[in-house]
Amino acid sequence: MESNVQDTPQTDAMISLRDLRVRYGEREILHGINFDVQPGETLVILGGSGSGKSTLLRTLVGLEKPSSGQIWIRGRDIAAISSAEMDEIRRKIGMSFQGGALFGSMTVGENVALPLQEHTKLEASTIEIIVRLKLDQVGLSGFEDYMPAQLSGGMKKRAAVARALAMDPEILFFDEPSAGLDPIIAAGIDQLILELKRAFHMTVIVVTHELASAFLIADRMVLIDKGNVVAIGPTEEMRSSVQPRVRQFFDRVAEPAVAQELDYLQMLTEDRHQKNAAGSRIKGAS
Amino acid sequence: MELTSQVGGTVLDGLGYIGALASLGGRAAYFTFVGPFRGKPLRMQRAVSQAMDVGVRALPILSLITFFIGLILALQAAYELRRFGALNFVATAVALSMTRELGPLITAIVVIGRSGSAFAAEIGTMKVTEEIDALETMAIDPIHFLVTPKFLAMILMLPCLTIWANTMGICGGALFGVAQADFTWTRYIQASIDSLFLRDVMTGLVKSVMFGMTITAVGCYEGLSTGAGAEQVGRSTTRAVVMSIFLVIVVDLVFTALFFFAGGH
Repeated sequence: MESNVQDTPQTDAMISLRDLRVRYGEREILHGINFDVQPGETLVILGGSGSGKSTLLRTLVGLEKPSSGQIWIRGRDIAAISSAEMDEIRRKIGMSFQGGALFGSMTVGENVALPLQEHTKLEASTIEIIVRLKLDQVGLSGFEDYMPAQLSGGMKKRAAVARALAMDPEILFFDEPSAGLDPIIAAGIDQLILELKRAFHMTVIVVTHELASAFLIADRMVLIDKGNVVAIGPTEEMRSSVQPRVRQFFDRVAEPAVAQELDYLQMLTEDRHQKNAAGSRIKGAS
Repeated sequence: MELTSQVGGTVLDGLGYIGALASLGGRAAYFTFVGPFRGKPLRMQRAVSQAMDVGVRALPILSLITFFIGLILALQAAYELRRFGALNFVATAVALSMTRELGPLITAIVVIGRSGSAFAAEIGTMKVTEEIDALETMAIDPIHFLVTPKFLAMILMLPCLTIWANTMGICGGALFGVAQADFTWTRYIQASIDSLFLRDVMTGLVKSVMFGMTITAVGCYEGLSTGAGAEQVGRSTTRAVVMSIFLVIVVDLVFTALFFFAGGH
C-alpha cells in the first residue's frame, strides 16, 4: 500500500509525482507527495476539507507552482518546463471545475467551441459538428444556444465536461464532480464519468470527498490528509484497509476531541497573529 | 522607527503596484502591436464589441456632461473677463481649457465610471467563478483573451471620445456666447477654431491615449487580483475606480509638465 519512492518517473506512467511540495507563503500545504497514475486508469483523490486535495489538483493542471519536487506528465516534468511547453501539455488535458466555470457571456456551444477555435485551424462548420458531438456525449443535445445561466447545476457540470472533452484530451481532471448536486443528479455525473472512461480509455483523475461516488468510479484511490498521502491502492484493497486513518475517513468517525481542541486553539492563535481585526471576535468567543 | 518602516513599506507597495500595472499594460500592448505579426491574431470581434461599450454607448452621458462643463467654463471665465470688457475672449478661454485639459480629463473620468469599473467587475467575477483558471487550463492566455481587446478598444475610443467631448464643450460655451456675449453661432465657433493650435488638440489626444492605457491596466489588474468571494468583486471594483482616478490625474500632471517644459507652453 505504500507508494514506492523513486527519483525517476516510471516510464509507462501517465503522471508521476516525486516528492511534490506546495506552499502558500509560509504555510506548506503538501508535504512531499509521491504516486503514479497509469494510462487509462481512474484515480480518485480523497480527503477531507483542508486536506490539500484541491491544491494537489490545481498543481497537477499547472495552476499552482510547486515549491519543490517533480510532476511528470506524459514524460515531461511540468515543474521545470517553459510556459509554451506547458501549453502543449494543456492541450492534452481537460479539466472540469467544481462550479463548471463556463464563460457566462457565451452560449454553451461557444464555450465548447472555444478551445477548438483557439488551438485548431478547423473550419467553423467542422467545429459546429464537433460541438454537437461533444454535447451529445454528455447528454446535452440541442442545448448549444442556451446561456450557462439558463442551465441547472447538473447541466452546467455536463456542459463543462463537454468543453473539457473538446480537444480529445488524454487526461481528464474533475474537481468535486458531485459537489452541490442532489444525489440523483450526482449519480448521473458518476455514470457519465464511467461511460467516458469506457468509451475513450482516458486517464481520469477525480478529486472528491463523496465516498459513494469514489467507490463507484475509482480503479485506485489515494487518501490525502494534512498534505500527506495516507494510503494509496486499488479500490477493493482500500475498502478493506485496516489502517486507522483510512478507516476513520471511510467510517466517517469524527476527529478525537483532544486533537480537535488543540487544532482549534492553534487555529485561534494563528488567526490572532495574522489579523488584528479579528482579535476582538476571538476574545469574545473564548 | 515605526513611522519610517511604514513609509518605506507604503512606498515599496506603491512601486510594486505600478510595476504590476506596467507589466500588465506592457503585455497587452505586446499582444496588440506585436502579437498579430507573430501568429497571435487579434480578436477583432471582441475588440469591436468592447469599443461599442466603451465608446459609442458612452456618447449620450458624455455629451451631456461636457456640454454642461463648457457652459460652466464660459460662465466662470465671463465672471472675470467682463470686468475688463473682454467678454469676446470667452470663446478662447473655453476652447483652450476644453481641448488642453478638461476634454481629456472629463472623458477619462466618465470612462472610468462606466468601463474601468465594469472591467474590474467582469474579470473579478470570472476570477471568483474559476473562469480565469479555466482559460489557463485550456492554454488560453487570459491577458490575450480578455485584456487585449479592452486595451485596443480603449486606446482607439478614448481619443475619439475626447474629440467629441471637446466639440460638445465648445458648443456649451457657445450657448453662453450667443445668449450673453453678442456672438452668433458661426462667429463663436470660428473664434474657437482661430484660438486653437493643432498642438493644443494633439497634447490632449496624447494624454487621452495614456489615460486609456492607465484605465485598462488598473481595471483589469484589479479584476485579476480579486480574492475569493463575491464581496471581493465589489472591493476590486471600488479600488479600480479610486486608483484609476488617482493615476489618471498623476499621468495628466506628468504629461502636462512634459509638454510645458518641452514645448515652452
